[in-house]
Amino acid sequence: MNSWFVALLGGVVIGLSASALLLFNGRIAGVSGIVNGLTRRSAGAEWAWRAAFIAGLVSAGGLAMHLLHQATASPARLPVLLLAGVLVGFGTSLGSGCTSGHGVCGLGRFSRRSFVAVLTFMASAIVTVLLTHHLFGGAA
Amino acid sequence: MKAVLAALFSGALFGIGLAIARMTDPVVVIGFLDVFGDFDPTLAFVLLGATMTTAVAFHFVTRRPRPIAAADFQLPATRTIDLPLVLGAAIFGVGWGLAGYCPGPALVGAGAGAETALLFVPAMIAGGLAHRLVAVRLNRWSASPEIPASRA
Repeated sequence: MNSWFVALLGGVVIGLSASALLLFNGRIAGVSGIVNGLTRRSAGAEWAWRAAFIAGLVSAGGLAMHLLHQATASPARLPVLLLAGVLVGFGTSLGSGCTSGHGVCGLGRFSRRSFVAVLTFMASAIVTVLLTHHLFGGAA
Repeated sequence: MKAVLAALFSGALFGIGLAIARMTDPVVVIGFLDVFGDFDPTLAFVLLGATMTTAVAFHFVTRRPRPIAAADFQLPATRTIDLPLVLGAAIFGVGWGLAGYCPGPALVGAGAGAETALLFVPAMIAGGLAHRLVAVRLNRWSASPEIPASRA
């Protein structure tokens, strides 16, 4: 199969997942928001659906990666990898969303905030790859 | 119980979709972000497929009086483009470009037992907690930490 067709199919499955969460639970499938919600005190029902979503994501996604024989290793060296993790956690909490909340769900809702967020994180990620892989010769 | 099962199902579908789309491979992600180098545009179709689906489905779902397994819809109410939004997105983009992981794929990679993902995820959670500590102190710099996490 064409790789772009597989990508499109994967995207549709992600979109259906976000639609199912909204239809059944009335909530936005923003992974960073759901994870951050787990680390704060909240009512039992709110905690339970978040924990269930993450449990499904981690287990089924992890299994799918094995079945699809997918490699997954970040090329970043250890200190860079840890710094990147902190930046992703901090930035998505400050900016109220990531690729799923602002990208998949926010763009689908035609949210102006999400449109600005997606343009901003795409631009800053592209500049980051440009700097680390080209100007500084693969420092990451 | 129905709400928990529905969330479990949605999460599973989300993870499977990320794996099919190869969003879970940081090398593919960095290739997509490498616009000025060895650019691989395939992942643009992931965003296209996902947003086409949500744009149609959300339109019909939000017309319902309430969700199937919950009391109400909780959609982000904030409308203003503010500094926390733009600064947060910019900081997130730097981390995404450095490692090739955003939150969903990092968690899926951890589920698959990938070592880099298992190191990345705790750092990411620590980063989110660090922001909340800062936000409590600098209430005006960031939105109140009491705002629900679903405010995407």
